[in-house]
Amino acid sequence: MAVLSLDQVVGGYGDTQILHGVSMHVDEGEIVVIIGPNGAGKSTAMKAVFGLLNLSSGRVFLDDNEITNMPTEMVVRQGVCYVPQTANIFPSLTVEENLEMGAYVRKDDFRPRMAEIYDLFPPLLEKRKHAAGTLSGGQRQMVAMGKAMMLEPKILLLDEPTAGLSPKFRGEIFSIIRTVNNAGTPILMVEQNAKQALKIADRGYVLVDGKNKFDGAGQALLDDPEVAEMFLGGGSHKVAS
Amino acid sequence: MIALMEFINFYLIPGIVLGSIYALGAVGITLTFGILRFANFAHGETMTLGVYFTWTLMQITPFHPLVILPASMLLTVLVVLGIDRLFYKPFRASPTIMVVMASFGIMLMVRSVIQFVWGVQLKGLVPGIQRPMVLFDTLRISPKHMVIIASAVVLVLLIHLLLSRTKIGKAMRAMSDSPELARLTGIGTEKIVMTTWVVGASLACAAGVFLAYDTHVETMMGFKLLLPMFAAAILGGVGKPYGAIAGGLIIGLVEELSSYPWIGTEPLLNPGYKAGVAFAIMVLMLLWRPSGLFRGRVF
Ligand SMILES: Nc1ncnc2c1ncn2[C@@H]1O[C@H](COP(=O)(O)OP(=O)(O)O)[C@@H](O)[C@H]1O
Ligand SMILES: [Mg+2]
Repeated sequence: MAVLSLDQVVGGYGDTQILHGVSMHVDEGEIVVIIGPNGAGKSTAMKAVFGLLNLSSGRVFLDDNEITNMPTEMVVRQGVCYVPQTANIFPSLTVEENLEMGAYVRKDDFRPRMAEIYDLFPPLLEKRKHAAGTLSGGQRQMVAMGKAMMLEPKILLLDEPTAGLSPKFRGEIFSIIRTVNNAGTPILMVEQNAKQALKIADRGYVLVDGKNKFDGAGQALLDDPEVAEMFLGGGSHKVAS
Repeated sequence: MIALMEFINFYLIPGIVLGSIYALGAVGITLTFGILRFANFAHGETMTLGVYFTWTLMQITPFHPLVILPASMLLTVLVVLGIDRLFYKPFRASPTIMVVMASFGIMLMVRSVIQFVWGVQLKGLVPGIQRPMVLFDTLRISPKHMVIIASAVVLVLLIHLLLSRTKIGKAMRAMSDSPELARLTGIGTEKIVMTTWVVGASLACAAGVFLAYDTHVETMMGFKLLLPMFAAAILGGVGKPYGAIAGGLIIGLVEELSSYPWIGTEPLLNPGYKAGVAFAIMVLMLLWRPSGLFRGRVF
């Protein structure tokens, strides 16, 4: 059963329509990757889930409940957590305070969860009293993900979690994503490092100009010559970046 | 030795007193800027209002201004929350310039109401002149100044505890960092906005009352503090409460110390030009380092 689904979503910013009918879903236990050229509307599609967009038509469901145009704060309370592409940490708060803010809507004791997050991201334990803004790019990404995971979300949305990271950190983040997923959290992520992402993904969607272009199993997309040609840096084409 | 004592008694301590007042006022300005994202021109009027509430309560009760302070803080907070409800909330999603203009209008409106209700003549909060307490033979510090400095220290400690130890205080700092991410984190931003008004108005009321306690009560007193408070917020880094406290202290001190006879026997700067000091510091800071001492927002 789908944990999260978008059904023919149409919407944009103000009068500018960006999404012209996007459909996708994430099932229990899956990692689903969205790829596509810059400006295709990948980030916008994620914002559509969070009530950050005016949807003129289409619907969004969490489990079986419709959450179309639900206020952002309520969507979070329903257990959907989102790591935006940029500005995804509170730079002047310490690492630990960032994690506490991640647990803002929790009423119960979140200390055990925080310990789990520190286990998953050991560098954060060491830096927990440091202002998050002073950390390296890879560590900031860890803070952003750790913060989003404090709620033990039903589903985690990640927007380009490895953008701008060194290959070493990139590999590390991908392996953490896998670990989180193995522990039972379904993941929907946008990725520019499409090849690497599709390798760990169950399924993928290719978005172009605010519309679905291709979709299929991760491996199937990797093997598709057209997708490879356009988006995976096959032949002489540059990887969309 | 005499010269040193004179320096401490007549320049340093008054500088700290003035600086504490600026600091408390500037915290509200910087928090409003960080969280509600606008320069609140009505903040000075909030102070004046707090002073007049205190003055009125002192006419009908026999208590010391410090005892009355919590009650007048509460009244000030209620008025400010009402103003937010009526005039700012409808503009929450509007461009900043509209909200700034609204605050300018509210500044004029509140001042007119104060002048209408209480009149424009000078009043005293506490009657008469107090004799300074003489410590160690030569250190003369007036009890008023001790009360103001001690109260300011307590309030600054409370602000610090709020911002660093409580969930809501941390959420205030988070929202000041990034309102969008705060919303995505599930932080109820309206509640944070309310808290910001409560903290800002309480501190403004306290700062105003301390000033009135040290000097007198008049309808323009808050407005006259607006420039040094903005200068303090900018000096400390806009959106940074600790910066505003440091900025307030620095500006208060520099204003007072600028008229000390550093060279020769004449005041370095004629005391008549004191008010220009804050302005000069603000302009220099905007030119040299607009993000302020504590790396605040550049606007
Ligand atoms: N906040 C915004 N306001 C207006 N237009 C936006 C905003 N964010 C993105 N856009 C526009 O929407 C389109 C899709 O952007 P985005 O979803 O960020 O693309 P992607 O994530 O696929 O690179 C782009 O043309 C971009 O300029
Ligand atoms: Mg994007």
